[in-house]
Amino acid sequence: MSHINKNNYKASHKPIIWSLFAAGGTVTALLLSALILLIALAVPMGFISADMFHYDRIQQLLSNPLVRLVVFGIIFLSLWHAAHRMRCTMHDFGIRADGLVAVVFYGLALIMSIVLAIALI
Amino acid sequence: MDKKEQGQFGRRKVMKQSNGNYIRSTAKFSWYLKKPKYIPYMLRELSSLFVGVFCCFLVWGLYQLSQGEVVFNQWLNVLWNKLFWLNIVIFLFVFYHSYSWFMVTPKAMPIKFKGKRIPGWVIIAAHMIMWIVCSIVIFALFIYGA
Repeated sequence: MSHINKNNYKASHKPIIWSLFAAGGTVTALLLSALILLIALAVPMGFISADMFHYDRIQQLLSNPLVRLVVFGIIFLSLWHAAHRMRCTMHDFGIRADGLVAVVFYGLALIMSIVLAIALI
Repeated sequence: MDKKEQGQFGRRKVMKQSNGNYIRSTAKFSWYLKKPKYIPYMLRELSSLFVGVFCCFLVWGLYQLSQGEVVFNQWLNVLWNKLFWLNIVIFLFVFYHSYSWFMVTPKAMPIKFKGKRIPGWVIIAAHMIMWIVCSIVIFALFIYGA
């Protein structure tokens, strides 16, 4: 491709967004269904006791920095996966203001990531 | 424009440009309702909304956890009672996300072994088994971890 030279070649942000999307999609696919079942549904459906979610117990589980890092990684990647896919889905729904849509969804993911980091530190 | 194309695109406006490309008008907001096979695609894409919403629930919960026992218990109460049916819907969408994500893995990452392509069903089955193993590990770590 001879027409690509130093002068008109511009670095794209796509590899970064796409790697977050793909990694997030895989993490979400492998882990999130079990996490929803465990955290949101298991107690109301009577599979496990509510004592499992006692404040002290959860604090103890998260006292390990490695656990906190893994929790951060799972939620962070899932958030960015969702943000990127929602941006594309807005296009599919006929909303063509891609710049605004990107700012809204990536902005939400960024805010959530910051709150998550603050909560876990 | 030949007859076949006219038939395929029905009453929709089709314009031929000077370079030979066609410009077709599409139903911008409702095209996915035109053919049944577009519906699973849209549901799959829409699953990301529910992934995002549940991640926000988790971020909210972890924030409440950092604020003390009383507010953390309030979060659990809302999650388990008020949001129960929403969580069921979220679970179904996320389940569908996992299923559809693993079904396309042979196309997304074809693997060669000793020069031969590994059959698609092997890659899909390996991912499905990983999914089950990960789910069991999460439950086991949570229940026996502390």
